[in-house]
Amino acid sequence: MTDPLARYESLVDDPDAFYAACERPLPSVVRVNTIRTTAERARRALDEAGVAYEPVDWHPGLLRLPDGSPGRTWPYYHGWLHGQEEVSALPALALDPQPGERVFDAAAAPGSKATQLAALMDDRGTLVANDSSLGRLSALRHNAERLGVTNVVVTNQDARNFSFLPLGGEEPFGRFDRSLVDAPCSCEGTVRKNPDVRDEWNEEHVRSVVGIQKGILRRAIQGTRPGGQVVYATCTFAPEENEAVLDYALSEEDCRLVESTLPVETRPGVTEWQGETYDDSVRLAHRVYPHLNDTGGFFCATLAVGGERDGEGDETEGASEGDEAPDDATAKGEVAS
Amino acid sequence: MTDDGPDADGAEGTDDGPDADGAEGTDDGPDADGSDTDPTPTNDGQVFDRLPETAADRVVPGRPTRAEVVDWFDDRFGIGPSVFEGYSFWEKGAGKLWAFAGDLPVDQVDVEGVGLTVLRTRQEHWKPTTSAALRFGEHATRNTIALTPEEATTFARGEDQPIERWDGDWGYLIAVQELAGGPVPLGVGLYLYGELRSVVPKGSREDLEPLASR
Repeated sequence: MTDPLARYESLVDDPDAFYAACERPLPSVVRVNTIRTTAERARRALDEAGVAYEPVDWHPGLLRLPDGSPGRTWPYYHGWLHGQEEVSALPALALDPQPGERVFDAAAAPGSKATQLAALMDDRGTLVANDSSLGRLSALRHNAERLGVTNVVVTNQDARNFSFLPLGGEEPFGRFDRSLVDAPCSCEGTVRKNPDVRDEWNEEHVRSVVGIQKGILRRAIQGTRPGGQVVYATCTFAPEENEAVLDYALSEEDCRLVESTLPVETRPGVTEWQGETYDDSVRLAHRVYPHLNDTGGFFCATLAVGGERDGEGDETEGASEGDEAPDDATAKGEVAS
Repeated sequence: MTDDGPDADGAEGTDDGPDADGAEGTDDGPDADGSDTDPTPTNDGQVFDRLPETAADRVVPGRPTRAEVVDWFDDRFGIGPSVFEGYSFWEKGAGKLWAFAGDLPVDQVDVEGVGLTVLRTRQEHWKPTTSAALRFGEHATRNTIALTPEEATTFARGEDQPIERWDGDWGYLIAVQELAGGPVPLGVGLYLYGELRSVVPKGSREDLEPLASR
């Protein structure tokens, strides 16, 4: 049986540190729900409830709880906290949604990132949180209710064929300003939380999930207006599921990789893997290995849709003229099906 | 003073699932299967319908209006209309209302959720949800009951408790406790006959240590 971690040894600068970090359990981490309170007040509430915590140095709204589960605390009961691993907070920060925007979360359940997106939007604008699994959507709904999210529309679709029809149609609803594709993946990045992934991993699963990842990313790009952004994220180290998927999107859709700054130490995307080469721009993606920041593993890349990113060209927003984009026919065709 | 009526059991506990609504339609409005010859629109329990602004805009019989909902929160809890500025309200199932801060270009959508569940209507006593109390309760100026740390603990466990000191209205109250410099909503309680019944849904109950009195 292949140890998936050994598979990536050649990509890692310090394999010993990488393996050692993968063996260590992760601390319990909570994100402060800024829809309901502030980081400062949440810390005060934890103090009053007698719960130990350490702020995560790169983000004031993330707190490590050395004594374990956040569920049994008053601030959690009040909906001020949500259990969420540190690296899992990165894609929403990379997407940087703004209040009032239309935002899409293509594979949203169980909702950690979706509720974080809502908080970053100040619970204003429209967040469409989609997932193909009705069962997992139940968890998302529970989390959204508990945290007080009011700007979310929850949809149950296969994101590869996402249709705007339930939202009233692509016109007049409008395409999204920003989309997050937190894709289903082979998940070795979560090994510190769930060591079983090491045994359950197999190459066949990688091959089967790649098609889903490509389909979801492609449809998310089509559903995002020119000038908008799409963040692609996974918790796998597999280049097949990361850079290769980006390379596919670059060749099939009008989009390009752009620089994004993450508040943690990362490594660039890789351009070669097992005889395959990828577009040079995939270097702009971020690889997060567990030993770099003592976190889980992660992959995150930002794509700009259309020729220009907001702010790079003239002052006009791309929303109206973008409707003439060449891929429009394809998008509408899928909507109708 | 109200006598009784609001359902005090934890029926809300079933509200979490996206498809739990149908089972709760105990007080259906008009028949959803209204025949083709009937020109009166009826409430379709499977989709979300935007509430009309006012009674003059009402098409579906029995459907509450946005104005009635905003007035109700103002009358009952002093949560003013400005809190709901920009919000639309949607009905799914019989009388189950959701508050939505976003924008949808249509008045009916077939999705799994639109915003936050806030209120159960189409029954004699309208019942606010725990989610509504937690999200909007900080704006309440009346019919909120401040609990001691011990009482808050009992409440969060979902248990009923005698509280004799309340001399306000009976019915649904927003329970609060003091935390981190101010009152924080704990959920909805039903006050009847000297007793505060916790209606915290099963999935949200916690057995917690009382906060230290300060």
